Amino acid sequence: MSHASTDAGAGHGSYSAYAIGFVLSVILTVIPFGMVMSGDFSRQTALVTMLTMGVVQVVVHLVCFLHMNTASEGRWNLLAFLFTVLIIIMLVGLAIWIMVNADMLMMPWMFK
Amino acid sequence: MSTDVMSSHHAAGHDHEHDHDSGGNTVFGFWLYLMTDCVLFACVFATYAVLVNHTAGGPSGKEIFELPYVLGETFLLLISSCTYGFSMLAAHRGSKSQALGWLGATFLLGAGFIGMEINEFHHLIVEGFGPDRSAFLSSFFTLVGMHGLHVTAGLVWMLVLMAQIKTRGLTPQNNTRLMCLSLFWHFLDIVWICVFTIVYLMGVAA
Repeated sequence: MSHASTDAGAGHGSYSAYAIGFVLSVILTVIPFGMVMSGDFSRQTALVTMLTMGVVQVVVHLVCFLHMNTASEGRWNLLAFLFTVLIIIMLVGLAIWIMVNADMLMMPWMFK
Repeated sequence: MSTDVMSSHHAAGHDHEHDHDSGGNTVFGFWLYLMTDCVLFACVFATYAVLVNHTAGGPSGKEIFELPYVLGETFLLLISSCTYGFSMLAAHRGSKSQALGWLGATFLLGAGFIGMEINEFHHLIVEGFGPDRSAFLSSFFTLVGMHGLHVTAGLVWMLVLMAQIKTRGLTPQNNTRLMCLSLFWHFLDIVWICVFTIVYLMGVAA
């Protein structure tokens, strides 16, 4: 009880959670690495695979290492995180959208 | 108003529950700081994404990145995340010596990561591909360097925390600090996944 209550705000996890997280992370790192090194795949396939695996690996880390869950004591952590994800998507997405368009208008030769 | 006073009085009624609340609030506050740090990293990632093709006649990522070397860095950081987790579990069991041992292992792995990164930077700068070569390289050094600075700060924090645990033991305060550094360390590993994917893998594949 005393242990459980000293660190509300984030959970503890267990050896198995860390082991699962580690094995999944290794797999999700090695597969896109192998794809890029072998060069046997089209650029499109490689990009989609590595971005997907990157996102999956971030989720694996959040769940296995940061023990993020929907339990009531972790809800504010999750809510703050989801809000941050929203901000990041807008920040990065809109920055790229605006600047690529600006480049296309001002330096059209770079896109030929 | 009076209800608020009543309920906060009730929450602080037990010494024990009071500890619980302040420790939890500290960890939650640190989590919020990490969220703002996420936004900071997102800004630098956006800058990198905008500038990645502006090589000014200099090299592109494909020509200068050594993926196997970077994979080594990635694994150092990943293993250090696990050893930090083991330190947390040892602290949870109340085993001070094991917690310190795993923290020491985490420190060495993190220091190895920083050493490899400095070596990579040094290599690039010696070859004339420093941050002054092109906008792409400026943003590359800013992004990867900022992550490296965070890891360095984490290492300093880890040393201080190890000294605190060694002298004062696994007190509630030290456990809260250990928890905050745990969030920081795992967070840096997550940022590194993004760096590895977006900068190195996509840079070489593109």
